[in-house]
Amino acid sequence: MKRVFARLAQMARLMVGMPDYDAYCRHMAAHHPDRPPMTRAAFFRDRQQARYGSGGGRCC
Amino acid sequence: MNKHWPWIILGLVGAACLAVVASARGEQINALWIVAAALSVYLIAYRYYAKFIAGRVFGINPARATPAVRRADGLDYVATDRRVLFGHHFAAIAGAGPLVGPVLAAQMGYLPGTLWILAGVVLAGAVQDFAVLFISMRRDGRSLGELIRMEMGAVAGTIALTGAFMIMVIILAVLALIVVRALAESPWGMVTVAATVPLAMLMGAYTRWVRPGAIGEVSLLGFVGPIGAIFAGQWVSLHPVLAPMFTFTPVQLCFILIVYGAVASVLPVWLLLAPRDYLSTFLKIGAIAALAIGIVIMAPPLRMPALTAFATTGAGPVWAGPLFPFLFITIACGAVSGFHALIASGTTPKLIASEADAPFIGYGAMLMESAVAIMALVAASILDPGVYFAMNAPAALLGTDPASAAAAVTAMGYPVSAATLAQTARDVGEATIISRTGGAPTLAVAMAEIFSHAVGGAAMKAFWYHFAILFEALFILTAVDAGTRAGRFMLQDLIGLASPRFREGKGASGLVATALCVAAWGFFLYQGVTDPLGGVNTLWPLFGISNQMLAAVALMLATVVLFRMKRERFAWVTMVPAAWLLLCTGTAGLMKLFHPDPKIGFLAHAARFAAAAARGEVLAPAKSLQDMQRIVMNDRIDAGLCALFLAVVAAILVFAVRTCLAARALPRPSATEVPPAMTLAAAE
Repeated sequence: MKRVFARLAQMARLMVGMPDYDAYCRHMAAHHPDRPPMTRAAFFRDRQQARYGSGGGRCC
Repeated sequence: MNKHWPWIILGLVGAACLAVVASARGEQINALWIVAAALSVYLIAYRYYAKFIAGRVFGINPARATPAVRRADGLDYVATDRRVLFGHHFAAIAGAGPLVGPVLAAQMGYLPGTLWILAGVVLAGAVQDFAVLFISMRRDGRSLGELIRMEMGAVAGTIALTGAFMIMVIILAVLALIVVRALAESPWGMVTVAATVPLAMLMGAYTRWVRPGAIGEVSLLGFVGPIGAIFAGQWVSLHPVLAPMFTFTPVQLCFILIVYGAVASVLPVWLLLAPRDYLSTFLKIGAIAALAIGIVIMAPPLRMPALTAFATTGAGPVWAGPLFPFLFITIACGAVSGFHALIASGTTPKLIASEADAPFIGYGAMLMESAVAIMALVAASILDPGVYFAMNAPAALLGTDPASAAAAVTAMGYPVSAATLAQTARDVGEATIISRTGGAPTLAVAMAEIFSHAVGGAAMKAFWYHFAILFEALFILTAVDAGTRAGRFMLQDLIGLASPRFREGKGASGLVATALCVAAWGFFLYQGVTDPLGGVNTLWPLFGISNQMLAAVALMLATVVLFRMKRERFAWVTMVPAAWLLLCTGTAGLMKLFHPDPKIGFLAHAARFAAAAARGEVLAPAKSLQDMQRIVMNDRIDAGLCALFLAVVAAILVFAVRTCLAARALPRPSATEVPPAMTLAAAE
């Protein structure tokens, strides 16, 4: 039940272009342990700008 | 064989439902027959055709690393659960298109639209989405323009990019026109929609400074706002002083929207665009789900005939032209939509975890959008046909009061009383419903009917009507804002080909590109708003033609790729729908240009007005000779645009044929995959 809810929340976030922060942290820990990952707030701002700043991404 | 039995039974059920839908004549059938038939068709198409395309045609290889795996960065390239990604992709492709086209197509009855939506999605639309997703997934998630450049050369890429920009302009104009038609002379609707702007800004400030990243929280808070805005709108619409202040004519609204578009697209994204996108996305998904549940609960009968007289005469009041080719361009999204090629080569290919997920995302999400189109068609068809035509025919035909409109619609063969029209308007809390063209108000009346049946009864109809208007206007405004930004970058790229300084956004080039983009769609919007036939008449066919042409371009690209992969024996999968779309859009384009009937042909219309102006006559709707000149000018611009679309698609066709022939002459595959298929084979 908890997993279903988590997945729905993840889906809702990705619908508005926000990828999973935990997955990002896991990626950084696995591949770039030398670099500190962005904070949750910085990650949010970075992704928001990436989605909307370049235009596109939506249909008629 | 055993595993096929459930599917054979499902096929028989679907065939039986379709037989009921297709054979009912003169009696009303229940909407659920159409829904059941559609669902059976989708499931079978997905189980057999999508699987065939994935395995035999494309040779999907689950062992091959996708861009999300090879280039994983936790940001743009993230291997994502396929169900989560399905939601992302569906939310990106489904917009106003699948809701509006079918409503307009209902003037020919529900049968032609239903059959085209089903056949179109299975054989063309879903194939296109899946093919582009596959091609982009094998090339690092590159965009459509880059893919065409890689496979067909730089010139073809630039031509396609120019075409895509013009399509964007038309889409923005037609979307804005729908909002104008829905909010004109409606203080309730206007207040409700306008209130979402400061509301979104509050949400933006909250996610910026108070709780960064709390999307769910802010959306829940934000959701209370629009509901409050609907009640506030009702209060204003009844207020003797405030109501006139929020009552705008279509022309005033046109300029409000143009100014809004220009300002909104240069504001920082976190302030307005992003928070409103949260609201509109969740509201859209919620409303679509609610509509599906509502239709199943209500199980309404279809009051629109299966076929109206306009299907054979081609002289319908909503849009002019015969069934072939115009039905096939009126319903674009939901059957086949070229715009999806831009989405399927956008973020989705960078998020796919395994090639095996591609048919579910690419083919499956398009089937889901098609289901939305079927629901919109059902919604339009449950209305009294008299009310439907009174809402969608141009004012030039109906006059402005219920008595004249009722008489005109009754004369069309759909008897309706003036009292019914007045009562329908009162029920939804509007002053009038006559000639509210554009599809959105019709859909809102139908949604009010369906929702009030489930929740609230007749007393809630006005609330649900404005809720539906709000939900449509909200995501259209988001699309206008985001589309203007996208158009700006396209324009910067195009002008950048000639002047590199422009591409880098030096100086005021960003502002200049934004201004050019807004001016372009603003021009077509103004032309549509002042068009006596309601504008939808002119702009929707242009939108349909351009959108289907982009689909033809995407399918031609897929054909080229199949030839270059040395899989040309399967190329009919993309060639057949591409040929059909070329036939439809080519015929429709030429008819819009050269048809002798001024209602259909732009040049014939221009000639008629130019001749009258030369004689010093003023033809209605023009009120002066100056108006006459403007109408002639608009017609010629529309004709020029139509010719440009035809030229773009003809040029791409030439490039596609040449590339296919060259690929055939080569003894080995020549598709430029990343990483190349050859090194992959050697590594294995």
